Formats: sequence, C-alpha cells, structure tokens
Amino acid sequence: MACGDNCTCSQNNSGNQDNSRRDFLLKGLMGGIGVAFLSGCSSNDNTKQESGVKVNVLTHDGKLVTIDKSQVANFKPHISEEDVRKGIPGKKFVMVIDLAKCDGCGKCTKACNKMHYLPSNKEWIEVLEMQDSPEVSPYYFVKPCMHCDNPPCTKVCPVDATFKREDGIVAIDTDRCIGCRFCMAACPYSVRLFNWTEPVKPNIIETTPAAENVFQSKKGCVEKCDFCPHMAREGKLPACVTGCPMNAIWFGDANEDAVTCYDGTTTKLSQLLEDGGAYRFMEELGTEPRVYYLPPVNRTYDAKEIKIEKEGSEK
Amino acid sequence: MEKLNPEIRNQIENELLGTVGRRYRQETFWVIFLGVICIGGTVAWIIQLRKGLGVTAMRDYVSWGLYISLLFFFVGVSLIGALVSCVLRMSGAKWRYPLIRIAEAVTLSAIFFAGFMPILDMGRPERLYFLITNGRIQSPILWDVVAIATYFIGSVIYFYLPLIPDLAIMRDKLTDAPKWRRKLWRWLSMGWEDNLLQRRLLKKAMLILCIVILPVAISVHTISAWLIAFTLRPGWNSTIMGPYFVFGALMAGTAIMILIIAKLRHGYRLEHYLTPKHFNNLAKILLALTAFYLYLNINKYGVPAYKMAKEERAVLEDLFYGKHAFFFWFTQIAGLVIPIVILSFKRFRQSIKWVVAASVMVLLGALINRYLIVVPNMLHPFVPIQHAQHGYATYNPTLIEWAITASSLAGFVLLIILLFKPFPVITMWEVTEEVEKRGEKEIGVENIITHQNIPTHAS
Repeated sequence: MACGDNCTCSQNNSGNQDNSRRDFLLKGLMGGIGVAFLSGCSSNDNTKQESGVKVNVLTHDGKLVTIDKSQVANFKPHISEEDVRKGIPGKKFVMVIDLAKCDGCGKCTKACNKMHYLPSNKEWIEVLEMQDSPEVSPYYFVKPCMHCDNPPCTKVCPVDATFKREDGIVAIDTDRCIGCRFCMAACPYSVRLFNWTEPVKPNIIETTPAAENVFQSKKGCVEKCDFCPHMAREGKLPACVTGCPMNAIWFGDANEDAVTCYDGTTTKLSQLLEDGGAYRFMEELGTEPRVYYLPPVNRTYDAKEIKIEKEGSEK
Repeated sequence: MEKLNPEIRNQIENELLGTVGRRYRQETFWVIFLGVICIGGTVAWIIQLRKGLGVTAMRDYVSWGLYISLLFFFVGVSLIGALVSCVLRMSGAKWRYPLIRIAEAVTLSAIFFAGFMPILDMGRPERLYFLITNGRIQSPILWDVVAIATYFIGSVIYFYLPLIPDLAIMRDKLTDAPKWRRKLWRWLSMGWEDNLLQRRLLKKAMLILCIVILPVAISVHTISAWLIAFTLRPGWNSTIMGPYFVFGALMAGTAIMILIIAKLRHGYRLEHYLTPKHFNNLAKILLALTAFYLYLNINKYGVPAYKMAKEERAVLEDLFYGKHAFFFWFTQIAGLVIPIVILSFKRFRQSIKWVVAASVMVLLGALINRYLIVVPNMLHPFVPIQHAQHGYATYNPTLIEWAITASSLAGFVLLIILLFKPFPVITMWEVTEEVEKRGEKEIGVENIITHQNIPTHAS
C-alpha cells in the first residue's frame, strides 16, 4: 500500500475494508501542489462527520469520482532520511538581501527565532552594523547561513553530519553530529552555533528526519540557519522573508530564475542581480555563497544613526 | 673493545634491574600527588559530561580552547620517540642507546593523551563510534584518528621490541619475583635465547620499524596542524603550519626529554648512564631546534606583519600589543631567545642545571604557544564580533577546564612513571653490547665497567 508513515488512515490489515478507496488519487484540490492520498478510514470509521462538501477525485484507473471531503486526509508525503540528504528535487534555492532596504529592525531574526523555537540569545540570522572604512557611511548587514556551493564546513565534517544537498541547502543532521566543532572553526562567516547546554525543548512532535526539523537544537550539537526546508517543501517562504516588512530579503529558486519577497512580489532573479549590482559576501574566499547582496545604495533609512559597536565588546 | 667480563656485565644488569619494582619515597609522593590531580580531573570530566560543554568557557566564537591546545601539545611531544629512535639512529649518534626506552615511554604516554583530548572536547562523546560507522575520509579529523592510532600501535611495538632481550634477562635473573610476574616475563620475552639469529632478526625488525615510523610520526603532527591550516580563518590559513607544528613539537619533546632524564638521573641513581654527555648533546639538539623555531616564528608572524592585510591585522595586533601580548612576547623571548642564548655557550651546555633551566623555559613557552595558536585566532574571525552575549567575546577558562587540563598533564607524567616501573629504564642489552663494541665514551656512559665504581643502592 502506498500509505506512508504519515498517513492518517487507521487501517487494520485483517479487516481489509474498502481497499479501493485508498487507491484514489486526489487531483490538485489540497492547495494546488503535491499529491495527496485518500484515507482508508471510511466505512467502519463512523466518528467522522460528513462535511457536505464534495470533491472530485481521480482514481488510479482514470475514473473521476465525487466523494465527500471528510473522506480525504490532509496527507503530507513521508520524507525519508534519503530525501532529506538529497534535498528537494529540481530546486536550487537562493537568497538575495537588499542592503539598501534593510533598516536593521531585526524582525527577520525574531521571525526566525519564533519559527525555530530559538531563545533570544541565539541568532540564526544576524543583523550587524558594518562600515567598510571611516569615510563611507555605515549600513546594516544581514547574515544568514550562506549555504555555500563550495562549503568549507561540510568538507571537514568527519561523520557527514553536515552536508550539501542537491537543492543548494547546507543542512545539519543533529542525530549524527558528534560535536567536534570543526565546522565552526572552518566557517569563515561564523554562522554556526553550538548547544553548550541542554536547550529548552518546545512542546512539539516532529516526524521528519532531524535535518529538516523545525526545532534543531540538541545538546552537544551544532545548529545554524537551514533556509527553512520544511517551508520550501510546502512551497512557502522562509520565516525571515515573511518576517521582513522592508521587503529586503528575497528567496527563490535559481532554476526557475525567480525570487519572492515579503509582499509577494516575484521577480526575475537574474534581472534583480544585474540591476542591483549584486555581490556575494567575501567572494574572494571562493566559497561560492548562495546568498547575494544588493549594495546599500539609495538607502531608505538614515545611515547616520547606525552606531558601530567596538569589536569584541559584550552586552 | 673486547667482551665484557661476565661478572661486570652481571653487575651492570643487577644495577639497572634495581629500579624495577623498587619503591622510592620521592616517586611514591609524585605518584600520589599526580594521582590526586587525576582524580580531581576525572570528577571535573564527569561534571562536564553531565552538564555539557557549557561548564567550559568555550562559546560560539572561541569554540576550541584549552583541550585542543593540549591536543596539539601532546601530539607534538609524542614526536620525541621518533627523534631519538629514528633521526638519531640515522645520524649515527651512538649516545642515544641509554635514552631509547625513556623516549619511547614519553611517546607512548603523549600519544595516549593526544588520543584522549578530542574526546574531552566532543559535545557528544557517546557518538564517538560514528567516526567508524559514518566516517568520511575527506575530513582531516579522520586522518588524525587513523594517524594517531597507527602511531600509537607503532610506538607500542617500538617500545616492546627492544624490551624483549631485557625481559629475557629479567626472566632469568629475577627468580625471586612473584610467580605471575615471572610467567608474564616468560610469555613476553617470547623464548629469547640471545643467539645470533635472534639478535639479527630483532635488529632488522627495529630498523624496518624505524624507517616506517618516521613518516607516520611526521604525518601525525602535520595532520594536527592541518586541522587549523585547512580552515580559511586569518592566522590559520597558512602553508607554514605543518613544519611549524612539527619543529615546535620536536623542540618541546626534547625539552621534556631533558627534564625527565634530569629527574631520573638522581631519582633512580643512574648517574653513570645518564651523563653530562647526554645533556650536552640534547642541549645541542635543543639549541638547533629553538633557533630553527625562532626562524619559523619570524616567518609565521613577520611576513604577515609586514603586509598587515586587513584580515590578519586584528590577530597580529592582539598578539603584538593587545590582550595576548604578554604571553606572545613571553613565548618569543623567554621561550626562545633566552634559551638560545643560554644554550649557545659551551659552559652552560655542560652544566646540567643550566640545560634544565633552558628546557623549563622552552617547555613553558611551547605550552603557551599552543594556546596562542588556537585562541587569539578564534577571537578575531572574518566577520567582526558584534552584539556578543556576556562571555562570548572573551575566553577565560573555567575551573573545570583547568582541572581537566591539569589532570591531563598530570596523567601524562604519571603514565610515564608507571611505564618506568615494571621495566629497566635503560635498555640493558643494547647498552652493554654497544659498550663492548665501541667503549663507554661513545655511548656516553661513565665508569660502568670499573667494578669498584658501581654505587650500591641506598634504600
């Protein structure tokens, strides 16, 4: 049977009731993308109330039948360990950060922390104040994980706990991480964080493999920005993008050549990079980041207010 | 030189066997003292295992601290075995014979603790076996695991091979020892009868091992250096790291060797076997190594300092006149320049006290230097540290870290002492053989064949 682990059907194999219903294929009714399976819980499961809403379903042998919506489970496809290591097929995720628009409000960090259940002292996406030289004006610099195409971190991992996926994401398998922190030493962008103590666990249950978990903190393991693959699987944007009211962060697929920002504007990636004079952070290191920056020109905020913190000072 | 008088030979063997199993008051004190430190460190480690690495001062910026510094130190010290057993052998230095077992004991102990340090540093030590089940050969950590394991096994063999004839002597001589010990000796000496064929085979095996172990030894420490040289970080991203580590290690190892033979000389009453000649020769080696290491330091720090490239600047300023300036100049002046000056004079080289003093300085400098290689670079990453939480932008090791560090060093010394206990410290058969062949002077021993000069053990 095609049901995955996540299938909600309460089938019992001895009964074998109404098997044909389980084979139904839903056709694009559950929000557009993806294939959902019809649940097998029908004839003997009388607890479900008929909703009265009828949906058209295409069976595997090509017949179109009309059934009640209550008989359709909101099914999420099972994601195996292998799927997570491979990444989302056909995608090449890319982020563009428009430094001209960023006013340093830090809402991206807050949205990220909320999504990943991070305490306020952890920042997967950081907002730094930068000034390249005393003469030029300062600007806010947003720093997520660069998801490099030539990642120094995955190269040095001795157990393949951090790895590069085909969709461009550099992920961490916290069920594998041994906590040697070589990746932290190797990362030139200092984006990796370590769980020095036992993190506070949220009250959620996750069934996806560790590398695509929403909550990734595990004592003695490394964590970092993961480009929200669990959102991408549903065709949604990462938390920082939907959290940035300035439309400064764009996220999308390089294969589609399209990126989207907070207000839903979708634009051509190549055009955006070309028109904006995009660059990548510390390009000279050859890490080939997947995050592009648009330089802080014609800013929408007052740059004089930015105060550069003395290096190495603590809160 | 003709064959030794059997009586004298007997006398020499009796004297060298005198240290086996004998209790020395001072030694007992040291064993207890070091043991207590080790127990303290074990308690600290248990606390760390239970609470996580949060009990250390390491945080996201300084994610490697004392433990990794000490890993580099121990891996380095372990090179002394290869230096004495291989390099000196190939250069034809006959005075090495009385030192071989001591050097191998230091190597064994150091490489054991070198293997232990990364486990202390791991966030999830219970997942150590993942290195085997999920190991990826492209990671230098895996190379390090393989190299350290290979070198450890090689060192055990190199410790054991020259021991076989000595074990046979013990088996034949110490007949009043407890039965299990004699049984063990008989088993370990593998039927050694001291005939020509056996000697030839043993010597051949030692030669092969000597040639094989040298590249392994160098690779062990080069790979340790690569752990940091393979990153892009300013200060670490340098091609000099391999040789810089190897020669710094040989230097530290030689200093430790001098300190240990200085202690053993009086402690075990081996004045006739560990003579000023050994100190003088080791001092010459130490002089050459410190001078070369100073040259490497000038290259490592001087070349980037001339250019003052943007990324390197913060680290260099920190070392030259920043927070770490005192330690940096201590390692350079007290750890290198002053020892070089002391050791340059023949008068000082011939005085054991001065050689020991220079070695202490070199060793202290080498220890601090390991720390300076690791920590200041981590405090100055490419992306400036901003909005750091309290304790994140600095590194002040906690009591737990110091306890574990101290107990690792204590354990290192303790293991050396324990390795000296069941066996004679000097390779008896080789020393007597070489004395027969070449005379006392070349081996560096004094007055061992003149019967009346043999001191009697005062208990």
